[in-house]
Amino acid sequence: MNPDSETEMLKGFAEQEYKYGFVTNIESDTLPPGLNEDVIKFISNKKGEPKWLTDWRLKAYKIWLKMKEPHWANIEYPPIDYQAISYFSAPKNAADGPKSLDEVDPELIKTYNKLGIPLEEQEILAGVAVDAVFDSMSVATTFKDRLAEKGVIFCSFSEAVKEHPELIKKYMGSVVPQSDNFFAALNSAVFTDGSFCYIPPNTKCPMELSTYFRINEPNTGQFERTLIVADKGSYVSYLEGCTAPKRDENQLHAAVVELVALDDAVIKYSTVQNWYPGDKNGKGGIYNFVTKRGACRGKSSKITWTQVETGSAITWKYPSCILQGDNSTGEFYSVALSALKQQADTGTKMIHLGKNTKSTIISKGISAARGQNTYRGQVMIKKSAEGARNYSQCDSLLIGNKCGAHTFPYLDVRNTKSHIEHEASTSKIGEDQMFYCKQRGISEEDAINLIVNGFCKEVFRELPMEFAVEAQRLLEVSLEGSVG
Amino acid sequence: MLKIENLHVSIGGNQILKGINLEVKAGETHAIMGPNGSGKSTLAQVLAGHEEYEITDGKIEYLSKDLLGMDIEERACEGIFLAFQYPVELPGVNNTYFLKSALNAQRKYRGEKEMDAMEFIDLIGDKIKLLNLNDSLLKRPVNEGFSGGEKKRNEIFQMAVLEPKLALLDETDSGLDIDALRVVANGINSMRKEENAIIIVTHYQRLLNYIVPDFVHVLVDGKIINSGDKNLALELEEKGYDRIVEEAKA
Repeated sequence: MNPDSETEMLKGFAEQEYKYGFVTNIESDTLPPGLNEDVIKFISNKKGEPKWLTDWRLKAYKIWLKMKEPHWANIEYPPIDYQAISYFSAPKNAADGPKSLDEVDPELIKTYNKLGIPLEEQEILAGVAVDAVFDSMSVATTFKDRLAEKGVIFCSFSEAVKEHPELIKKYMGSVVPQSDNFFAALNSAVFTDGSFCYIPPNTKCPMELSTYFRINEPNTGQFERTLIVADKGSYVSYLEGCTAPKRDENQLHAAVVELVALDDAVIKYSTVQNWYPGDKNGKGGIYNFVTKRGACRGKSSKITWTQVETGSAITWKYPSCILQGDNSTGEFYSVALSALKQQADTGTKMIHLGKNTKSTIISKGISAARGQNTYRGQVMIKKSAEGARNYSQCDSLLIGNKCGAHTFPYLDVRNTKSHIEHEASTSKIGEDQMFYCKQRGISEEDAINLIVNGFCKEVFRELPMEFAVEAQRLLEVSLEGSVG
Repeated sequence: MLKIENLHVSIGGNQILKGINLEVKAGETHAIMGPNGSGKSTLAQVLAGHEEYEITDGKIEYLSKDLLGMDIEERACEGIFLAFQYPVELPGVNNTYFLKSALNAQRKYRGEKEMDAMEFIDLIGDKIKLLNLNDSLLKRPVNEGFSGGEKKRNEIFQMAVLEPKLALLDETDSGLDIDALRVVANGINSMRKEENAIIIVTHYQRLLNYIVPDFVHVLVDGKIINSGDKNLALELEEKGYDRIVEEAKA
């Protein structure tokens, strides 16, 4: 490839427009910007929460006030003014909560249709229960009955607070405490909604659970909270996928996801994240500061995180596993793409406490245009973790000359009877590879897609089938416009 | 089919080809022989459209079109196939999927219906047998972990599936043992037809025992210094390049 055509190609990457850029016109019940105790009380009151939860939020707020925003990650962004953010927004008609799709605001349905996720079709065709979050309030929940038959609880977080307070009280904050980090503390204080899932003992969840998150109100922070508890011997696969409309203001997103796996339980948590990445200068994208952590609390339990991160201007995300139970397993499979001027600092933490615990990390970072991609991973093997094993593989793929890939693996081993393997590679899509593909008649764009998909294969095969297809399509869309 | 006139090519300021004239008609097989560094591979790469090379003079006409004005993929879709001297590895890209993508890209260009997976599997069945190819090669990533011989065989397999009008074989015999050479040569011979042409770039005469060319050209220092029939190749093998060069000068 000569320098000119490469420049052309990079230009294409940089200028690719976000496909899902549109804003839905719905009147919102929005709080003015600002954060103080009254705001937190307003949110709690608005959601009809019990006093213990209001107090829990206020405690988190007090902790947060004492904390400083972390800046150790390999990302740059202008300072965030937390007083300029509005902390509550809900679709207006949702006060009573719609009972079925017919009651859902048609504008919302239209939005989902534009995104290619028509709920009504999904119900019938995909057999997936969807708890769709539009801004901060759940607007549609499906397949509840079928799940209820098995004793599976899958509902919005607010609903769980009302219907299953004992479970929320027991598990909320047990994996990610309020004081865990700056963004988790903020979330604990102001979270508006999210999903809750409980799988009873010895139960295989009869379907893949899926939630679509959306952010739609300008200047509204989105603070989701998800809690999944898999009781002894149970199994659940949870899919999370996101897109957001185009806007000019940067949007803060600070979610918390907690997973708890008891004895012999298995949780698969898959994410395809496609929030608005900003324009070619990084303007207008989502700031995604997420705390995701799973606790393999029981013996022989297993938690698998699979993520495909193509969106957001900034991604700060380290889905982690605490391997407490003996013989428990943690897995992390990740594809992170940074194109345009996106910055991703993502990875995982595997904390081995139990005996014979195992962890696997497969990370694939792709950098294009002026994107910066950082893998940051920590493998910690505590003294108690005799016979622990870890395998890590971190590969980076560069497309063009103005992007960057960085790898920061941290290893902390306190037990001599453990085993750690780490492999890393960095490669560039070679001119010879492009020439070879084109010489067979394959266009530049298709050639890049082929090579990128080949690079990500080990991660894609961990995704549920329909998600794998979507992930592949997302990568293609994100790399689109590579020619001219 | 192909008409090269006064072709001058340089790379990084170094003149590699210094006035090539060559005409190839449909149904013909040409062999281009020459010592290392004579520009044989450059010629093949230039015909395929490699962007590293600068065309400083001359023109190339292919199927009555200006070849130099065409993109790499356009040339491929118009039926030009280069069997690489060093086939490129594409980690993680399934060999069969790659070939299907290539075939469908070319079919689409020609306005034909794209093939689905079943049709494609049917199509490649015979070609696999033709080249005595191990099934496992089809499931592996393109050229990754292939032996030298497997890579070359895979190139000719791709050629058999894509059915090019003009095939450029760049040192296809290198890295092949005698049995593999025979299989590959038989494969290529079975593809020789009235309507297509082959240009074989080779250092040794060995391959030409199996694929008998209609014309042999000797390329030395960027120029074709001698052309003849298959006997010229034998003569070369016997005398060596130096003698031929001297005789040409004389």
